[in-house]
Amino acid sequence: MDGFQSGPIKNSYKWLDERLKINALIEYMGSKEVPRHSHSIFYYLGGITLFLFIVQVITGILLLMYYRPGADSAYESVKFIVSEVSFGWLIRSIHSWSANLMILAAFFHMFTVFFTRAYRKPRELTWYTGMGLLALSMTFGFSGYLLPWNELAFFATRVGTGMAGAIPVIGDFLMVIMRGGEEVTGATIGRFFGLHVAILPLLTTGLLTMHLIFVQRQGMSEPMHWAGKKREEKKFMKFFPNFLYRDALVWLVALNILALLAVIFPDGISVIHWPLGEKADPFAPPPPVIRPEWYFMFAFQALKMFPPHIWFIEGELFGIIIFGFGGLIWMLIPLLDRGASENKPSKLVMTFGAFVILFIVVMTIVGYLVE
Amino acid sequence: MNDNNSRRDFLSWLTGLGSLAFLGSIFYPVYKFLIPPESTEAIVSQVKLPFTRSEIEGDEKKAKTFKFGRTLGLIILTGEGELKAMAATCTHLDCTVQHRPDLEIIWCSCHNGRYDLDGKNISGPPPRPLEKYVVNEIKGEIFVSKETT
Amino acid sequence: MIKIKFTLIFIGLLLFSINGFGSDNNCLNCHLDWESEEGSAAKYARDIHSQKGLGCTECHGGDPSLDDMDDVRNSKGYRGVPNHLEVPDFCARCHADAAYMHEHNPSLPVDQLAKYKTSVHGQRLFARKDKKVANCISCHSVHEIGTGQMPYSSTHPTNLPATCGECHADKEYMAEYDIPTDQLEKYRSSVHGQALLQRGDLGAPACNDCHGNHGAAPPGVASLAAVCGVCHALEAELFAISPHAEAYRENDFPMCETCHSNHDIIKPYDEMIGAVGSAVCTNCHSADDGTIGLSTADSILVSINNLVQAHAQAKRRLNEAIYKGMMTTDEEFLLKEVDQTLIQARTLVHSFNMDSVAPKARAGIAKADTIIANAAGLINEYYFRRKGLGVATLIITFLAIMLYRKIRKIESR
Repeated sequence: MDGFQSGPIKNSYKWLDERLKINALIEYMGSKEVPRHSHSIFYYLGGITLFLFIVQVITGILLLMYYRPGADSAYESVKFIVSEVSFGWLIRSIHSWSANLMILAAFFHMFTVFFTRAYRKPRELTWYTGMGLLALSMTFGFSGYLLPWNELAFFATRVGTGMAGAIPVIGDFLMVIMRGGEEVTGATIGRFFGLHVAILPLLTTGLLTMHLIFVQRQGMSEPMHWAGKKREEKKFMKFFPNFLYRDALVWLVALNILALLAVIFPDGISVIHWPLGEKADPFAPPPPVIRPEWYFMFAFQALKMFPPHIWFIEGELFGIIIFGFGGLIWMLIPLLDRGASENKPSKLVMTFGAFVILFIVVMTIVGYLVE
Repeated sequence: MNDNNSRRDFLSWLTGLGSLAFLGSIFYPVYKFLIPPESTEAIVSQVKLPFTRSEIEGDEKKAKTFKFGRTLGLIILTGEGELKAMAATCTHLDCTVQHRPDLEIIWCSCHNGRYDLDGKNISGPPPRPLEKYVVNEIKGEIFVSKETT
Repeated sequence: MIKIKFTLIFIGLLLFSINGFGSDNNCLNCHLDWESEEGSAAKYARDIHSQKGLGCTECHGGDPSLDDMDDVRNSKGYRGVPNHLEVPDFCARCHADAAYMHEHNPSLPVDQLAKYKTSVHGQRLFARKDKKVANCISCHSVHEIGTGQMPYSSTHPTNLPATCGECHADKEYMAEYDIPTDQLEKYRSSVHGQALLQRGDLGAPACNDCHGNHGAAPPGVASLAAVCGVCHALEAELFAISPHAEAYRENDFPMCETCHSNHDIIKPYDEMIGAVGSAVCTNCHSADDGTIGLSTADSILVSINNLVQAHAQAKRRLNEAIYKGMMTTDEEFLLKEVDQTLIQARTLVHSFNMDSVAPKARAGIAKADTIIANAAGLINEYYFRRKGLGVATLIITFLAIMLYRKIRKIESR
């Protein structure tokens, strides 16, 4: 029990232990250790993602106090929040920034896990739940984006859901289910809202709990080059309280950065921006440039670049198939990279990963350069 | 030793204060956020007018303008003592219309456009009627809302 | 065999009966075949008279059941084609007959011929037998006459200036008459012309709204203010009680036209009033003419300019606040009010009296000042937020440092 100096905490602990027998659990958690090596810093990325998610939940609930879904009220309520409600501009701005930063952190987290091949046995389940969480966060982003019902969001959603329609067989059905009709209307807001504040939080809570339990149960993955080393040759730090304090420090700094961004750039930076702008008008001509959110840009741009026809298959469809295939490989990497659990180096896997990052980065940049 | 202790105590105290300030800087905005602002509704489908019937009666043109969301509204007192409200922006070239009790019309001074007291365009350039609003008087207060089709 | 014969005879009779036997309008049968697609018969389906169920013979007379041209010409009541001078009476046979028009369209007036006789066109046609001057079909076209509400009609407001211009803008055609031919060109560039012809604003006047249509004549000097005043009522009212009204009447100056011209009316600008050479006031007034004219003009201009500047400044400040992301709905409202005040002040110029203009301008400037103050407040709020951020950052940084020290401490053990 080092580190807990104050009396009240000791008393509360004793009270709980007498009723719930948490001593064994606490002892177990107290013995957790975190590997220390040159790439230890990446261990914080998961925590940052979690922190940003917590910020999203809190600011999201606050926004829920004033937001009203519906074609006649969504835009007006967001405008109300930003202009009339005390600190409404701040809450909204933090929510928008944290959303983007969370997805960025999730991507970084995923890539560092990939390159350290931490997905290898016994941590396959952590990888699978993590991929699920990534998909959920991107869905969170996509559904949340529409909710202000402004011009920006309306057209981006129309294009985005339209692309779903390009999927073979189920495409049209999927599009109608997403849109709540043939077109993007107030009905779409209703669906996306239900998705954003009820369905997705429920699923995320489930997956996140599993993901965190797995991490707690199995501890942090050790680097591959530690395989075969003796205990004395490896350096560790205690999870409680050392790593936790460090994590808290990182979270504090992240909070500060978030606050800085939210106040100085309330509507985003440069091309990644979300000014409230004008209310959506389905009958108005679309703006000259419609862009999806940046985390979809690579897919959007790549699909645009496919030629209209490859053999007998429509270009867009071919692109979706390729993406689907690539995504599947990425998701099933623990299964495909069996050599990792035997500590065999794999140039193939590393190259594949590098290629994917390069592809995403290049396509995203190209997407913004091209008008 | 004492110096070290007192320094440590001071820093502890300072850290405690800092933590409180930190929590304050989080909870204060949240607290203020949750207090409803003056205009409690986001959508303006209804407004409560900041003046009474007698104040409209006291006006020389027996009319007053009011803010209705992003648009300007006009409320008039007819000769029969009825309160009528409508949008105040002329449908021709966006001038603000006025009540002419002497002619029993709504008049736009820009190009002599005329509307009847229900907002229907009856003479001159205006191509469309003025949007009509519904007036409700409850306990001496006047509420104006959009017509529901 | 007999069956086939009977069928053939039956078919023959059928064809014969379809082909003109008992038909109401034999005229069209031949005239449609002989004439081109742009001929009278082809155009007639578009004509309002055709849509009302009137055929060729209702105007041209004769027996519609006949199918030989000579027979028709000799038939009872045949009127044929009227010449240029006969056209007004030709149309008026019905259109001036109240009882007849009552059966077809009771709401149509029947005074067109009477008015026409008072017009310049009518007088020249009847009194001087002028074959070049406009008659009914010159403006209304013939065989494809539409009402003034139909967009393709030659008398629809958006088409009317071009209809009048067919003669009045043709220099060679109008050479023998002593009137200018630049009206159409001037009108097209004027505020009214642009509103009507480019924006389709039917509230703007076409030629007939000022000149009349059947009784077309230039408005007289005395009546011009009344004509402009149909729409610009407030300006006319103000002018009528201003010192200019009597002065203009005595000198026979056409009221509105003197400053604003008639056909090439441009959007008025503030510097039209004033004491400097480019202002219209100096066309009559001079500094030592014994009136307060020029000094009043100058004061009015100064007053209006102050309001314009206040408005511009308010707009700038407000845009600054908007650009900084502050919400400015209330102030935008107020700015619209200042816009209205500016319009009102400019209208009040026609009173040529500082007692009306000055208070209005002052009221507008006061509102503009409010906007400027509010915008400043909003911009301050913007900077306040950043200061708040600075304070929060300091607190967090301090805590972060404390935490860091704590970490170092427990790890040094």
